[in-house]
Amino acid sequence: MLPRKSDPVAETGKYTRNSPAPKLKIAGPFNKKNKNGYQNVTGYLFISPFIIGFIALTLYPIVYSFFLSFTDFDLLGTPNFIGLGNYERMFTGDEKFWISLKVTFTYALTAVPLRLVFALAVAMLLNRVVEFVGLYRTLLYLPSIIGGSIAISILWRQLFGNDGALNSLLGFFGISGHSWLGDPATALWTLVALYGWQFGSSMLIFLAGLRNIPKDYYEAASIDGAGAWSQFVRITLPLLTPVILFNLVMQTIQGFMAFTPSYVVTQGGPMDSTLLYVLYMFRRAFEFFDMGYASAMAWVMLVIIGILTAIIFKSSKHWVHYEQDEK
Amino acid sequence: MDGKWQKRLKKFSQHFIIIVLIVIMLYPLVWMIGSSFKESSKIFVEAHSIIPSSWHPENYIEGWKGFGGISFFTFFKNSFFIVIVTTIGSIISSTFIAYGLARVKFRGKKFWFAMMMMTMMLPFEMVMIPQYIMFNNFDMINTYWPLILPNFFGVPFFIFLIMQFIRTIPIELDEAAKMDGCNTFSIFFRIIVPLVTPAMMTAAIFSFYWSWSDFMGPLIYISKPELYPVSVALKLFSDPDNLTNWGAMFAMSTLSLVPVFIVFFIFQRYIVEGISTSGLK
Repeated sequence: MLPRKSDPVAETGKYTRNSPAPKLKIAGPFNKKNKNGYQNVTGYLFISPFIIGFIALTLYPIVYSFFLSFTDFDLLGTPNFIGLGNYERMFTGDEKFWISLKVTFTYALTAVPLRLVFALAVAMLLNRVVEFVGLYRTLLYLPSIIGGSIAISILWRQLFGNDGALNSLLGFFGISGHSWLGDPATALWTLVALYGWQFGSSMLIFLAGLRNIPKDYYEAASIDGAGAWSQFVRITLPLLTPVILFNLVMQTIQGFMAFTPSYVVTQGGPMDSTLLYVLYMFRRAFEFFDMGYASAMAWVMLVIIGILTAIIFKSSKHWVHYEQDEK
Repeated sequence: MDGKWQKRLKKFSQHFIIIVLIVIMLYPLVWMIGSSFKESSKIFVEAHSIIPSSWHPENYIEGWKGFGGISFFTFFKNSFFIVIVTTIGSIISSTFIAYGLARVKFRGKKFWFAMMMMTMMLPFEMVMIPQYIMFNNFDMINTYWPLILPNFFGVPFFIFLIMQFIRTIPIELDEAAKMDGCNTFSIFFRIIVPLVTPAMMTAAIFSFYWSWSDFMGPLIYISKPELYPVSVALKLFSDPDNLTNWGAMFAMSTLSLVPVFIVFFIFQRYIVEGISTSGLK
């Protein structure tokens, strides 16, 4: 390397904001080793932890579970190949599989939109307020940061229990309580409520998105006589669609994978009305040691999630708005 | 005049709605904290009130004793051990990987970036069974290895977050350093690492949260009570074969959230920025 004496950066050895960018493009000396300026060895060295982890903890397990799904492996013996036996049993002979699928779809398809719509509504409200916005944001975000904690799931059970806080509050107002967790018709909704309660991080993402919308769009719109609703539909919503897409994909996956709430709050009951898919898979794997069957279940869910994600991405071409000058 | 009043009324109603919302959202939490000071037998009798009729801080002492001679000191110690090692491992490895993907030019970079994004979307539950069998074969059940080790290979969310951050650092800085004779490694250590510390902090905070509240991992891999982290230990309170001491249960639940609250209130700024820039959950 040839330090250029005329370069103030080279002389002082300090890089400040004011240091001029080197005028010479890094052409010659660095590319001598490699025609295209590639640094293959260095690059792979830096990402080597990921590659190792990817192969050992993602790729291999996925392939291995595909293999297991065609066996009757029970963790102790050797896996015997049983062909499509697991899948056949799942689709034709296992009522619980279908129940868990139905419960999971009901849960995810109500809880995810609920959370997103609520998060957007609150974000828009917060976006209009100037005073105390930091404090409000913090307090509204709080449930989201602790919501995944087991303490909250335990608390939820007591809130909605027969003599829990909700019934007690209702009784205070003279309304007779309800066995929220004991009634198969309402048990799942307590879990949906728990999911919706943790709307904070989606709210923050939406809030950041709202802040990025230039104010003059709204000014121009109101000069043209657009009302609040048409401003929302024509400006806010389209410009937020990229953010909504990202949220929708991640939240949908998260919704389908929900486990802790049903495991702790309702234990899948009453009458399997909250038997979420992952809970059932967990029981198959770690209570019955039915590893082959559980692996087949994991693969079925993987395909379902893959299809759903593909649908969301495919459809996004029609509803996600990308600004032309976007990087 | 009319317009001014209307504006005030609008402003007032906005604040009013937000405050009502906050009260509803935080009610369960306040109720839990209140219940942790109530007399065990009265928690559900006076469930409608937040403030206990008489204060019983001894719930905390009762709860701290834990189960079968294992106190919550052990559970907290276990949790802190797992969380600290996990966090250090995930941040160091993720920063390396993020730099490689964001700044170094190498063949196959696009492919590995795509793999990283796919891994980010792949839920842990989908690989949980084969991973369990693997760790079982390595005889690592009832150790912390299965909980800690995977984090040393980078966490896709954090890689993505730090990458986003590295991209905002002007490339001229790297080039100037190259002129000065820095190689890729010294650019990484001397320029990139000091500048991405905010992003690393954000990632560290999330790592702390996730690992602190992780339930499924320890549930599968740890079956010895003396190795339980707080999350699994709390579940013992609500197990049917334990005669539940409600006051103690709420006390320990509240206590388990204290580290989360502390981190949240100290490092709020990083969290808000982190979520806003990367869309982290």
